Amino acid sequence: MAARAEDLAGRVPDGALVALPPDYSLPSMALVHALIRRNARGLRLLGVPVLGLSADLLIGASCVAEVHSSAVSLGEAGLAPRFSEAAEKGSLKVVDYTCPAVHTALQATEKGVPFMPLRGVLGSDLVAGHADWQVAQNPFSSAKDPILYVAAIVPDVALFHARWADEAGNVWVGRRRELATIAHAARNTYVTVEEMRKGDMLDDELLAPGVISSVYITALAQAPRGAAPLGVADLYAIDDAHLAMYAKKARTVDGFRQYLDEFVWQGRKSSLPA
Amino acid sequence: MAVGAASPIPATACELLRAKGAPIRVTRLHKRAGNPFTEGSRELFDLAGQGRIDYFFLGGAQIDGEANINLVRAEGRRFPGSFGSAFMYFTCRTILFREEHSPRVLVPKVEFVSAPGWSPPEVTRRGGPVALLTAKALFAWDRERRRFRLESIHPPHSEAEVRAQTGFDYDVGNARATPAPTAEELALLRGSVAERIAPDYPEFAKRVWG
Repeated sequence: MAARAEDLAGRVPDGALVALPPDYSLPSMALVHALIRRNARGLRLLGVPVLGLSADLLIGASCVAEVHSSAVSLGEAGLAPRFSEAAEKGSLKVVDYTCPAVHTALQATEKGVPFMPLRGVLGSDLVAGHADWQVAQNPFSSAKDPILYVAAIVPDVALFHARWADEAGNVWVGRRRELATIAHAARNTYVTVEEMRKGDMLDDELLAPGVISSVYITALAQAPRGAAPLGVADLYAIDDAHLAMYAKKARTVDGFRQYLDEFVWQGRKSSLPA
Repeated sequence: MAVGAASPIPATACELLRAKGAPIRVTRLHKRAGNPFTEGSRELFDLAGQGRIDYFFLGGAQIDGEANINLVRAEGRRFPGSFGSAFMYFTCRTILFREEHSPRVLVPKVEFVSAPGWSPPEVTRRGGPVALLTAKALFAWDRERRRFRLESIHPPHSEAEVRAQTGFDYDVGNARATPAPTAEELALLRGSVAERIAPDYPEFAKRVWG
């Protein structure tokens, strides 16, 4: 396996619907950086169920046409500055969700059914923003019982990071099972991993429950510290100071560009063919 | 009880209750280590959907007198988004909280309804608002009248100040002064509670406990 994050990013077409995990659930910053370096355009991001630094970077770098998410935020570091500005200026299409509606839409795809019902949500202005949601009568009730139907979502691509991959092509994400839901639902799943392991993790009873089977993995690449400045449990923690620094810098376009030069391009722009 | 994203004050309150020996189970969604969900973050909503979570906390860029909350946009500004509010508000008894108590936040009518404060009778709804807590006062929610009622005012704020800083109309019962924390509570807050909160909310811990 000699693939690099760069190679995986090259397989994500412009305009794709790209499912991404939140900052706390193994985002592949290696892939996000590689997408920026390959000048990806028109991506439609799907937050499963919310987004943070990964989305703000892609939005600021003009890679994104649409954001479908329950929220975009940097957590304690505050608002996501590039997202907020693009949304306020109207240069970014934002489709607002609520967390369980994202999970439900992906679970429908996992099961191969066209929609699934979800309680709550009725009376929220979110409903009017969704042609893919319908308020319907519960078909099993004789009393009036309106309920929300959420259409299945099929992401073109899922991108995330994992602790290990093994020789059989399985990846281990531990308790971050929302990544399994994304992998099950997406047409293509590209994963960066911290480390390679010998053998087949599905043969190990203790590791198996945290594994996503190779059935769902389209391609993977090794990228040590591939989630940084976000964290990987038991390996490295979220770098709060880095996030605070980013939140401050990215308030202006110039500050954001400086951040990209330093942490994403890292002088590579000049060494790569145009 | 469950505590969602960006909720250091409710998380602290829950940990204080626990430290005082209250027989409660607190699930904090954004605990960095020891997250209780092994089926992914959807498990919180599945738990709530079944009625296994009694209490939840929600904030708002705007909150109005009918307890509608807005986490999306206000006065031309974009906020992060609705998170799980449009579901959790229907499933859990919900304590609304917002530190800022001003007419900018507590408005007559929200610009965007992330989650409605009440629903017509045909809509299945187990949860809803029970109280609204700000840095100045505590309101109780009157489900029948669909209005807030001023319960207590945090010293040194006055009833007149709360009225002037609240953009919606509300009832006033026998509003009293909010009791100050006891010496035991303060010691717990500054001791074991601070220790439990700091790893997950380092900025908040720095601001409050230094």
